[in-house]
Amino acid sequence: MKVIKPLAIIFFVSFLGEALHVLLPFLPVPASIYGLVIMLAGLLSGVIKLETVKTTASWLIAFMPLMFIGPSVQLMVSLRGQGSFIPAFIVISIVSTVVVMAVTGLVCQALIRKKGEHTHD
Amino acid sequence: MIDSFLQQTSYFALAFSFAVYYAALSLQKRCRVAALKPLLNPLLITVLLTIALLLATNTSYETFQAGASHLSYLLTPTTVCLAVPLYEKIGYLKKMPVAILVGILSGVLASALSILGMSLLFGLTSQQYITLLPKSVTMAIGMDLSSELGGLSSITVAAITVTGLFGNLVASYVFKLFRITHPVAKGLACGTASHAMGTARAAELGKTEEAMSGLAIAVAGLMTVLAATLFSYIPV
Repeated sequence: MKVIKPLAIIFFVSFLGEALHVLLPFLPVPASIYGLVIMLAGLLSGVIKLETVKTTASWLIAFMPLMFIGPSVQLMVSLRGQGSFIPAFIVISIVSTVVVMAVTGLVCQALIRKKGEHTHD
Repeated sequence: MIDSFLQQTSYFALAFSFAVYYAALSLQKRCRVAALKPLLNPLLITVLLTIALLLATNTSYETFQAGASHLSYLLTPTTVCLAVPLYEKIGYLKKMPVAILVGILSGVLASALSILGMSLLFGLTSQQYITLLPKSVTMAIGMDLSSELGGLSSITVAAITVTGLFGNLVASYVFKLFRITHPVAKGLACGTASHAMGTARAAELGKTEEAMSGLAIAVAGLMTVLAATLFSYIPV
């Protein structure tokens, strides 16, 4: 498995994302999002080959959930003094999830039926 | 005492996180009760056990974070890598661009509007409102977006987890209730509402559902960067 070249590309694109983030302080776009868009543009234009980055990318994505342990554990500190927010937090999280799921599904389905587009599973 | 001992080590957080995460993952794989599976989410279990351990041993969050931050350091490059699965699924987008893009966009707007409405209803502070705005998207995007807009990113991460778990649990009921039957519609709904945890559910429904859900994670994430930024200007 080749690792140096894909990591060189991935870290360089991450740096480009950070550079844009620093150079455009008036836009609230995270560095990682600039990086994602640059990587996508690279793949679409053929500058970056899928085969070059694919294995390393899936490897990083595979343990992505573990990268959220630190930020999640921080909850024990950040919830201090937010006690009254908890019921609203839970209700809003649950209700809006159902709303988003229903709206996305219904709008997409209506548009597909209108155009008579069909996919086969 | 344990705190000062752990402060002198640097691999405790990684060793503990990986061990507990792996144990929880094996437990989830072996679980035969379908309704319990999403609750055995390895991230959820690892976080709860870590908090319990830190509280029980009187260890500060900072001590743990000193080690765990090395892992979070990889978040930006990993988010960059999300372009790869998106690129692989872009063929679907070319087949029915309007239904897919408008479908996801309506979900992104429904998320922002429902959060705005309920934040007003509950009388939340504007920081609490902004904290919840990115809650339907993948953590990599939601967490960064929350801190960028002035929210409390660790609470956003918790809201993203609750959203993912709940969406994973109720997807089939929502589809039945609203008569959503098209595989493309189902997949987009899972990914737009509940990111990777929704995609895990979509994968159980079929190949098309899984691919569409994966596509929706990235597209909804990008659209939310714009939508949440615009909505963050609305005073609550």
